[in-house]
Amino acid sequence: MIRKRKKQINITVDGTPLTVPEGTTVMHAAERLGIRIPRLCYHPDLSLAGSCRVCIVEVEGTGAYVASCSTPVWEGMSVKTNSPAIREARRDIVELLLDNHPMDCQTCERDGNCELQNLAYSLGVRQRLYAGQRKQFPIDDSGSAVVRNPNKCILCGRCVRVCAEIQGVYNLSQHGRGFHTQVGPAHLVPMDDSVCIQCGQCINVCPTAAFLEKPSVEDVWKALADPELHVVVQTAPSIRAAIGEGFDLPPGTPCTGKMVTALRLLGFDAVFDTDLGADLTIVEEAHELLTRLQGGGPLPMITSCSPGWISFMEKFYPELIPHASTCKSPMSMLSTLAKTYYAEQKGVPPEKIFMVAVMPCVAKKFEARRPEHAMPSGIPYTDAVLTTRELIWMIKCYGIDFTSLPEGEFDAPLGLATGAGDIFGTTGGVMEATLRAAYHILTDKSPERLEFTEVRAVEGLRETYVAIGERNIHVAVANGLHNAKQILDKVVSEKEAFHVIEVMACPGGCIGGGGQPYPPAHYHVLDPQLLRKRAAALYTIDSSKKLRESYENPALEEIYEKFLGSPGSERAHQLLHTYYSPKLPRGIR
Amino acid sequence: MNCNHACSTDNWAEVKATAGRVLGEDLVAFIEQCRAEGNPHSQLIAVLHRVQGKFGYLGKSQLDAVAQLLQVPAAKVSGVASFYHLFRLQPRGKFIINLCLGTACYVKGADRLAEKLSDELGIRFGETTGDGMFTLEGARCLGACSLAPVMVVNNDMHGAVTPDQIPIILDQYIRKAKQQVEEKPAAQS
Repeated sequence: MIRKRKKQINITVDGTPLTVPEGTTVMHAAERLGIRIPRLCYHPDLSLAGSCRVCIVEVEGTGAYVASCSTPVWEGMSVKTNSPAIREARRDIVELLLDNHPMDCQTCERDGNCELQNLAYSLGVRQRLYAGQRKQFPIDDSGSAVVRNPNKCILCGRCVRVCAEIQGVYNLSQHGRGFHTQVGPAHLVPMDDSVCIQCGQCINVCPTAAFLEKPSVEDVWKALADPELHVVVQTAPSIRAAIGEGFDLPPGTPCTGKMVTALRLLGFDAVFDTDLGADLTIVEEAHELLTRLQGGGPLPMITSCSPGWISFMEKFYPELIPHASTCKSPMSMLSTLAKTYYAEQKGVPPEKIFMVAVMPCVAKKFEARRPEHAMPSGIPYTDAVLTTRELIWMIKCYGIDFTSLPEGEFDAPLGLATGAGDIFGTTGGVMEATLRAAYHILTDKSPERLEFTEVRAVEGLRETYVAIGERNIHVAVANGLHNAKQILDKVVSEKEAFHVIEVMACPGGCIGGGGQPYPPAHYHVLDPQLLRKRAAALYTIDSSKKLRESYENPALEEIYEKFLGSPGSERAHQLLHTYYSPKLPRGIR
Repeated sequence: MNCNHACSTDNWAEVKATAGRVLGEDLVAFIEQCRAEGNPHSQLIAVLHRVQGKFGYLGKSQLDAVAQLLQVPAAKVSGVASFYHLFRLQPRGKFIINLCLGTACYVKGADRLAEKLSDELGIRFGETTGDGMFTLEGARCLGACSLAPVMVVNNDMHGAVTPDQIPIILDQYIRKAKQQVEEKPAAQS
């Protein structure tokens, strides 16, 4: 089919004539000339709100200022993006936003990293002319993962839109009216009592600090200073691909070695790799898949690594619980091994081990507190979860010159991992690693190929068939829960029969997690360009490794031999598998 | 989101049973009809009006039942309910006091009446007394400026009110309520 060419529209932007396709907004038209009109509530992946009015421009001859994000061009339109009057109006708009915003930049978590602050600077707000009443709402920090501070909210609505349009959760909405408006879950209940799945995307898209992760930094400092404790840390695959951004390294710079050295300098007694947990997850999951394929459980099997997805399933799709792999997440598997196998090997009592997990994820804070992931004594296997942002801050706080650090190496025995573990951090990675292992387990041969680029769901959703030996495996990969819903509905309605489905709650997978660094300059939040660079770092690490298939991991071989027995053994089930249950409130899907 | 989709959730029987208990079968039938017509979002305000019409206010359990039955996210339902002035999220008193705070009444001393009412009832504007007897609200203009300052209790207009008369007026209604209780004791049980 030949696509009909769009009608071309002639406009003038700041005196320069320009021809753009019909339907182009003034904001995008100006971008073609290299003019980035200041903006706040606008986000390219979300619906238009047009509520902040920061992106106003003047349409000559009309005497009117229009929001450039939501105004399409028309023939003969002449736009002024800058004039003394427009600059003054924009500045006034931001000044009025600041008027009803706490004046606590110096003590705010987002100081130096705040869109509102940057905007106020670049638009030239140098004094505060207006002084009025300020909102004073209670802060909800009762949750295990997400803190909501409506006092810092400027009502741009990006969190409301990301929660609904990208994640399909619809947990946030504006409540009340006028001066008393605040964003929150239904009835403004505490976050953990709502349908929130703790993915943290509201934190990512917030231009201020109205949403933040529940801080764990102080607990970790305290543990590190306690001579009685053996403090161990594990880092998720996607941390190494993003942590460099916190130290002005170009996005996509692999930083495994520097990160390990930094963690040692911070005082951790052992530095382990969640990738080993990922390898272990793959071996257990491949075994589970084989069992299910032989009739020992319902198909499709759905991956269970993403805690945001698990919460989503429990609240929105509880009927799919039997389909979720019973494997614990890589983080929880590694934490369990640290307080059992490693404790035994090292001769340290498990209650003296303080397990810190550095995760790209806010929901991991919630997962760590789930009673299923505690030792029989009630002590959680994972004591504290830090986001990538929190670790970057700790490194800065300590005064470590990250970029000049030498390359370090993870500690034995829980630090050795294959490339299959590394790619867990990006969409399709768990599937790709599973397929590598499935080859091994279904054909008893080494895989004919290691790279399954067809399952990398960079656009959010993939469905395909992969031939493994005699079998044709029907797989689906989704990231972003709004995308995942399309697959899940097919499973519920039994419209299509899949074998394996990978779901990652966040856009792009863990590399786009709710705990990852705020985007560096020239990128926006959830920028596909940025996510692609982070993913590329993981694929580079994977392809540079000799061992790229989980079954080849010699450390795992030893752990199975000495401790777990075989994949799917009774001990493995007792320690490495978990269960799920429907949770309330029930979400509307 | 069509009806078939909504009905396919595994807890549909439970949703209907809860809604029946919280809203009553008449409202359940109305809401199901609204959902069947499609675009449940655009029916939300009409549904909320019905629910408030029946209960006098929109409680949390009623809003949650509406969300589930209409298959509209609960955050949206509670957001809409809290936005509109005419939707009430708290039960209202037996007697609604609307004190006119329009210009004419204000000039004639409505501010002193406001103070007296707050003192006597122990509540602020927008609140309801603990015994569920009175709700105090302010109005902009009741169109009876010649009687300023005026207050309306349910459907009774009181004109040229002075602060001294407030306790007497309130007392009338308290006695009226008591009388009603004595007349139909069975209805209260």
